[in-house]
Amino acid sequence: MSTEAMDVPKGFSFDLCRRNEMLTKKGLKSPGYLKTGTTIVGLIFENGVILGADTRATEGPIVADKNCEKIHYMAPNIYCCGAGTAADTEAVTDNISSQLKLHRYHTGRESRVVTALTLLKSHLFRYQGHVSAALVLGGVDVTGPHLHTIYPHGSTDTLPYATMGSGSLAAMAIFESEYREGLTRDEGVNLVTKAICSGIFNDLGSGSNVDVCVITKGKKEYLRNHLTPNPRTYISSKGYTFSKKTEVLLTKITPLKELVNVVQVGGDAMEE
Amino acid sequence: MSIFEYNGSALVAMVGKNCFAIASDRRLGVQLQTIATDFQRIFKIHDKLFLGLSGLGSDTQTLYQRLVFRHKLYQLREERDMKPETFASLVSAMLYEKRFGPYFCQPVIAGLGEDDKPFICTMDSIGAKELAKDFVVAGTASESLYGACESMFKPDMDHEELFETISQALISSVDRDCLSGWGGHVYVVTPTEVTERILKGRMD
Repeated sequence: MSTEAMDVPKGFSFDLCRRNEMLTKKGLKSPGYLKTGTTIVGLIFENGVILGADTRATEGPIVADKNCEKIHYMAPNIYCCGAGTAADTEAVTDNISSQLKLHRYHTGRESRVVTALTLLKSHLFRYQGHVSAALVLGGVDVTGPHLHTIYPHGSTDTLPYATMGSGSLAAMAIFESEYREGLTRDEGVNLVTKAICSGIFNDLGSGSNVDVCVITKGKKEYLRNHLTPNPRTYISSKGYTFSKKTEVLLTKITPLKELVNVVQVGGDAMEE
Repeated sequence: MSIFEYNGSALVAMVGKNCFAIASDRRLGVQLQTIATDFQRIFKIHDKLFLGLSGLGSDTQTLYQRLVFRHKLYQLREERDMKPETFASLVSAMLYEKRFGPYFCQPVIAGLGEDDKPFICTMDSIGAKELAKDFVVAGTASESLYGACESMFKPDMDHEELFETISQALISSVDRDCLSGWGGHVYVVTPTEVTERILKGRMD
């Protein structure tokens, strides 16, 4: 096949690096980025793969998003959990996902998990760990179910059960004590949920809800907010009312023009 | 000190029933010295799409100019306005392009999409999208804004109630932040009209 279809779109611009370096030298700190502190896990069961993730995004010690999505779509039969800098995990999975789609159009075959794995690891290796995405990649293809972990520097593992992110130790503790081969679907979902909950409750970087994705041959179930162990309980039913109105200095109201619908009345359409 | 704190800013957007509001403070400072008290951080992209840019003032204006340029090219080519979701992806892509030398901006995007469904979203300086159903905040006052919005916000407010809520959240948060303040600028957008108001705030 032509090399063009597989080429990565020529990426980053380094225009502002000089200026930013100058600012840093003047004593202005560079900003922190949105991170997914994260517990992400995956396991292989009887006839497929189950992926799981928590839903907290953090910016330093602040919870920036209480219900974000960390299980990313790669292909109809492949999904990928992401931990690390949020922008990187998002961009990397989107980029590889579109490369996979082009590859499917080109070959007319279902994507394989190893293809996604190779594309991801070569992208990450090229950036020497500066694109900080730690991934758990899972899917079912013509060669069966597969589960891989990918580290920010581009190294990969192939495992029957895997965890990543700041809550990986808490989740792995559950897997190490309870995982066995040949789990049924429900046993698998329950174990993944338990592992994520372990991360949610024992790791401060992870929190809120449990997302689960079950992939089997020719079928996938994305269970968004499969479990919500931390619902909001302290909301006032009346809400707030404000006695004193805000002081307004100036008000400008611009009515919006309605879009005119042009309807053709009688007669033939103009000839081409 | 972080570069985000050089000029100071506060930005917030909220969703109501078939409407949305976006608000910012009006201060431009150089660290603790105030330079201007009528600074624009919220920009109109088209009638039903607004963009707020917090962070370094110079990057705010550069990024705004580049985004307007891209939106105008889109309008010429497609003969229609951008959907808020599309615009958010554009902003995200433009920020991520500068992954290793970012603009020091944290954008807030608010707009009415198809069927006048409100859409709000924010990003970090390298384009990690954070879509929210209720409210989003950005800027140096973001921590206090999170708290204020979290307790004051309620779903399905009409445009008048939404204005009062977003204004109170902004003013009270900004009073606890040295680097932002000096009044506020609030836009409330419904499917039929845009209301722009300037708020009076503390001047210290």
